[in-house]
Amino acid sequence: MTILVIAEHTNSALAPATLNTVAAAAKIGGDIHVLVAGSNAGAAAEAAAKIAGVSKVLVADNAAYANQLPENVAPLIAGLGKSYSHILASATSNGKNILPRVAAALDVDQISEIISVESADTFKRPIYAGNAIATVQSSAAVKVITVRSTGFDPVAAEGGSAAVEAVSGAADAGKSSFVGEELAKSDRPELTAAKIVVSGGRGMQNGDNFKHLYALADKLGAAVGASRAAVDAGFVPNDMQVGQTGKIVAPQLYIAVGISGAIQHLAGMKDSKVIVAINKDEEAPIFQVADYGLVADLFEAVPELEKLV
Amino acid sequence: MKVLVAVKRVVDYNVKVRVKADNSGVDLANVKMSMNPFCEIAVEEAVRLKEKGVASEIVVVSVGPATAQEQLRTALALGADRGVLVESAEELTSLAIAKLLKAVVDKEQPQLVILGKQAIDSDNNQTGQMLAALSGYAQGTFASKVEVEVEGDKVAVTREIDGGLQTVSLNLPAIVTTDLRLNEPRYASLPNIMKAKKKPIETLTPEALGVSTASTNKTVKVEAPAARSAGIKVKSVAELVEKLKNEAKVI
Repeated sequence: MTILVIAEHTNSALAPATLNTVAAAAKIGGDIHVLVAGSNAGAAAEAAAKIAGVSKVLVADNAAYANQLPENVAPLIAGLGKSYSHILASATSNGKNILPRVAAALDVDQISEIISVESADTFKRPIYAGNAIATVQSSAAVKVITVRSTGFDPVAAEGGSAAVEAVSGAADAGKSSFVGEELAKSDRPELTAAKIVVSGGRGMQNGDNFKHLYALADKLGAAVGASRAAVDAGFVPNDMQVGQTGKIVAPQLYIAVGISGAIQHLAGMKDSKVIVAINKDEEAPIFQVADYGLVADLFEAVPELEKLV
Repeated sequence: MKVLVAVKRVVDYNVKVRVKADNSGVDLANVKMSMNPFCEIAVEEAVRLKEKGVASEIVVVSVGPATAQEQLRTALALGADRGVLVESAEELTSLAIAKLLKAVVDKEQPQLVILGKQAIDSDNNQTGQMLAALSGYAQGTFASKVEVEVEGDKVAVTREIDGGLQTVSLNLPAIVTTDLRLNEPRYASLPNIMKAKKKPIETLTPEALGVSTASTNKTVKVEAPAARSAGIKVKSVAELVEKLKNEAKVI
């Protein structure tokens, strides 16, 4: 049994989610190969070769793979993947974009966002915004799976010494092209990997008031998230959204400020170790999942909290 | 150009679902059903393309039980021209749905197919990508902006990605899946709901389309998630900090 893990990377560096996905592969058991498909992705391939537990790194270096266009990358993965028992990718926006295209090309069903490995063919995944957990068994010759990072502790990024092998596959399919991207810049830790997350909701009232959360987050070394209400109201950009349709986080500490706690938001954070809610409405549903709740005006409580921590 | 929109009947997003006592699934008896929110956004986008003069006809398709007619009627009331129902009582996987949609795409030959990025029941986020693979079309998933070149044969799609936004240009015909921020769906007016009753809905079956819906996935069990134990309310910020430092030890 050999497992192919699709590396999540930016060509120059490996994304942390890859380490969680390798951890899921290790739970399944068997040889683990990592595919780095990109353009000038030597640095990412080198980093992949150092991951503990990886026995081989396949590098597909081609200008057509530079921006991870699924029309170009999916046929490559499907072609290589035929000889593997499992193909795993992180359930990032990139993994979600590419992997179902691979599964369809291989004519197998995919299992999305697994949170645990029960055996080599049986996995658990949340459905209905995390309100039910399904155990799914796959009889496919090649099991195609995306992995929810927060379900698996990352393996060590150092310690491995895998062989690196160049592979080639289909080039540009000529169906799509990359035009540009607009990335939000931040000095704070990445939301999905942060140990502490401070999130704001509609109660923040406007984008300017998020400065209170940024100040608190900087003191705690935390990332800042937001509810869908705060994003839809235009307070903050959408890549900060935590929830069923945003990012899934499971930090050590999650501080929800001015967030009511709708089902869609809880789906993204209820696996956090400790949840703190600060809300002036004591009936807010967020208090039903909070370990520590404070009924208070956030504009007084947050600056005071920042002073005391 | 012709636009095909796929819609799914799902449990209403406000409903707190319950797992059945025998762990066979989620109890959907007597629960309010609606159009999947992402599918509503897909219908709205198609209607806007028609209002801009880009789309000439909107065909809305659903795969599901006979009751999914209700969701097709909703889409017709919102501005779709006609409906196609692929009737199947079984619960199908995303791959089976994608194969059925591929058969409808072959029949209808749309230039653009718009789907929601995921259904809020299965949370799979697969169907659009699988349909793109099966039909050999380009895909613009998680779209927050869709611009069709009226004279050309391309569509520019701005996508929501983990770090921000990305724009790709796709050759038509293409598949687009909608993210929440693509648009704000309109409400159906009563006159439009009445008019929608006269619009045609064609009913097909997987057998008639010659599509096998066999699956390699089997749901063994559905359980309620582990419940979080109820927490405590603190009275002051000072008490909160003290608890976080000494009791929870997280800061």
